[in-house]
Amino acid sequence: MSTINPASTPEALAHAVHGEAAHHEVGFVRKYLFSTDHKMIGVQFLITTLLMLMVGGALALCVRWQLAYPWDRMPIVGDLLFPQQGGQISPEFYTMLFTMHATVMIFLVIIPVLAGAFGNFCIPLMIGADDMAFPTLNMLSYWFMWPAIACFGLSFLEVFGGGPAAGWTSYPLLADLPQAAPGSGWSQNFWLLGVTFVGFSSMMGSINYLTTIINMRAPGMTLFRMPMTIWAMFITAILQAFALPVLTAAGFMQVGDRMFGTVFFIPSGIVVNNAAPTIGGGQPLLWQHLFWFYSHPAVYIMLLPAMGMVSDMLSTMCRKPLFGYKPMVYAIAAIAGLGFIVWGHHMFTSGMNPALGMTFMISTMMIALPSAIKTFNWIGTIWGGNIRFNTVFLNCVAFVSMFIVGGLSGIFMAAVPVDIYFHDTYFIVALFHYILFGSTLFGVFGAIVYWFPKMFGRMMNEKLGKLHFVLTFIGFNGTFFPMHMLGIGGMPRRYADPYLHPYLHHLQPMNQIMTWFAILMGVAQFILLANFFYSMFFGEKCGRNPWGANSLEWSAPSPPPHGNFDVPPVVYRGPYEFSSPLSGDKDFLPQTEPPPLANTEEDEPPDPDETA
Amino acid sequence: MRYFWAAFFMFWPIVAIVFFAISPAMNWWFPGAGDPDSLTKGQSMTPLGVDIDNLFYLILIITSVVFVLTHIALGYVLFRGARDEGKKALFSHGSHALEVMWTIVPTGILIFISLYQLDVWRKFRVISSFPEAAVEAPVAEVTARQFEWRIRYPAPGKKLQLKPQPDDLYTVNDLHVPTNRPVMIQLRSEDVQHSFFAPHLRVKQDAVPGQVIPIWFEVTQAGHYPLTCAELCGWGHYKMKARIVAEPQSQFGKYLHDLQHEQNDDGVQDKKSDDAEDE
Repeated sequence: MSTINPASTPEALAHAVHGEAAHHEVGFVRKYLFSTDHKMIGVQFLITTLLMLMVGGALALCVRWQLAYPWDRMPIVGDLLFPQQGGQISPEFYTMLFTMHATVMIFLVIIPVLAGAFGNFCIPLMIGADDMAFPTLNMLSYWFMWPAIACFGLSFLEVFGGGPAAGWTSYPLLADLPQAAPGSGWSQNFWLLGVTFVGFSSMMGSINYLTTIINMRAPGMTLFRMPMTIWAMFITAILQAFALPVLTAAGFMQVGDRMFGTVFFIPSGIVVNNAAPTIGGGQPLLWQHLFWFYSHPAVYIMLLPAMGMVSDMLSTMCRKPLFGYKPMVYAIAAIAGLGFIVWGHHMFTSGMNPALGMTFMISTMMIALPSAIKTFNWIGTIWGGNIRFNTVFLNCVAFVSMFIVGGLSGIFMAAVPVDIYFHDTYFIVALFHYILFGSTLFGVFGAIVYWFPKMFGRMMNEKLGKLHFVLTFIGFNGTFFPMHMLGIGGMPRRYADPYLHPYLHHLQPMNQIMTWFAILMGVAQFILLANFFYSMFFGEKCGRNPWGANSLEWSAPSPPPHGNFDVPPVVYRGPYEFSSPLSGDKDFLPQTEPPPLANTEEDEPPDPDETA
Repeated sequence: MRYFWAAFFMFWPIVAIVFFAISPAMNWWFPGAGDPDSLTKGQSMTPLGVDIDNLFYLILIITSVVFVLTHIALGYVLFRGARDEGKKALFSHGSHALEVMWTIVPTGILIFISLYQLDVWRKFRVISSFPEAAVEAPVAEVTARQFEWRIRYPAPGKKLQLKPQPDDLYTVNDLHVPTNRPVMIQLRSEDVQHSFFAPHLRVKQDAVPGQVIPIWFEVTQAGHYPLTCAELCGWGHYKMKARIVAEPQSQFGKYLHDLQHEQNDDGVQDKKSDDAEDE
């Protein structure tokens, strides 16, 4: 059922015709900083997350440097922070590096770029709405990111402890008892506060997206005519809404344990670092259950929007309908639904009841199924297509290929006995980087190039785009594929110096080569930034629909004005009618184009007695 | 140029497969594989570890086949797209038959893998399935602590008690177990979470403060095996280096005896008592 778009009533049409700008002339601050326009907010999220990507990447390069040359002088960072030790970092600093790398990447890059940047920008445009349901709430969801960034930034400061040291997973009791990580004191508290702020930001976003998608679709935009991007954003918003409160609650419980004397996670009689024995009564495993109840759906939050966007981009670049649209929708829903009942697979060796190992194993195995179905459908979409081998397409193919690797390596961990060996080794690190970077981030790179013309009215440079892709792809695989071997070799995660252990000694050369590939990958991102910012001002100008795509956003001007559509859209078909026999000369058939047969001049004027 | 891109996406899976194929020979595989001096040569030193390795290889074969087939499919569609540039695309919304087929076949494979491994998990983790011999006489209590492993043996001839006894024997970072016999240890933590990880034995179990968790394994070959920590426990997580010494029962008995002698030694030279103790 479609809902009448309020913007299509005669009053609203007149308003639009008169021009929003004449009525709502806003100053610089209201237009560019504190905007309630979803497009501006989307761009704000995009730029912020691109910058945070560089921060998270820099932290990762520090980790890689330590693993390649442990206890050697660390360039730049070591010189700045540890000059008296000749640039040699401390073990505590290393724990902070990997903690903050993960935290920044997860909470400040991947989640906001998918939901905040592309969700915000694309949703109203693709469903034919003039803005989000709650524009002010939308603005707040962006601005709540900055307190989070400030909290994470403050947590780095030496005066507060030099950084949280318990991993992004923040397990008690290491995270719960300040004496367990001496010096991390206030850093961990700031970290928890930062996570709470990003949580608020995400919740606001998810409420907005759900309401907008349910209520504000253009006439004719039934649920099964929505593009996959919208389906993915919709289902991701549901995931956020149900899972996030659990993390927030767990975060409050940990703050309570740390600052207010509660003992949710603290058993009795524990003596850490010669502190007084704990009073206790709590259970450390409770944190893990609560944390992973959110964080497993979180990994799908960090994947599904990219899957939806890639489906749309592949279909456009292959000039072909999406293969199996309804199965794709059901598969995304299945991944999300199953995603709520697999959290225990992060805890197979944790000491929880072994019976849970069996149940979680089965649900985890089954989640491979919808992922496989989607992969086959993507390959089916490319099959027989009239392919444009451009930057967007290349990034999408990389998504599919890397997702195959990540999905298949997940099966090893789903098998519980095998997970006994691989848990907390580099095999896991390989797995999630293949999904989060190899899949999601390549999908994001493609999406940036794809929607950039709509955002800024200009095209990004194609040659630079391809160069960025090739260097990133090579750097990425060179860094992360050997991690499978490191895991098989039994190299644990989060080790500042693995070579202290003779059985890992021989893995140092491999780690060094991986570090150099990582540096290549890091440097390559500057090409993306340069391309992005240069093209924003000097890129080749483009019209409404440079890609010849079908979905609604391509019928709006590039960039769309406040209110989005100059002609209120009415939807006649799904978004994937490429190369349709009905489309005549062109190989695409936009959703808003009235059915061709109704428009031929030979038709008689409609009989007034027969109006349908 | 489009052929270049199609080939580009086929190049890397080939590199990946070659990399995997040469890894055992290059010693980029299970600990000890490809290393001529190694004790283990990549094999697992416990029967359950062997089960784990077999399961690993089964999954590796299945996933490798799927990897190759899907990339052949991807390569085919890419090359065909490169070849057919400019030709109108196929107007196909999908295929019901294909959807059914590629739903049912993966489901079958996944269910097979799930059911096949349940038994190994049960043997490893369900305490009622632990071997009698292991449960009756736990060898030691291992307590993880920032940043070391503290081992408490019962005195020779006595059973390990939950509460430390006056005649218990203590070492640090050096766990001795007899070979060719199921042994059980009780794992505890004194402070934060740690994890008992013996890579060559394929044993891993988190040590949770407030809990005592039994682990059992049977070492088939005598030797020194690394023991390390696999759950972030603080700045010194990386340096919780210890070893498991697996030795024949008689040597193990002698070790405990010597340990007891050492710990009970009070410096008083009593020749008659000395001779009696040595027997």
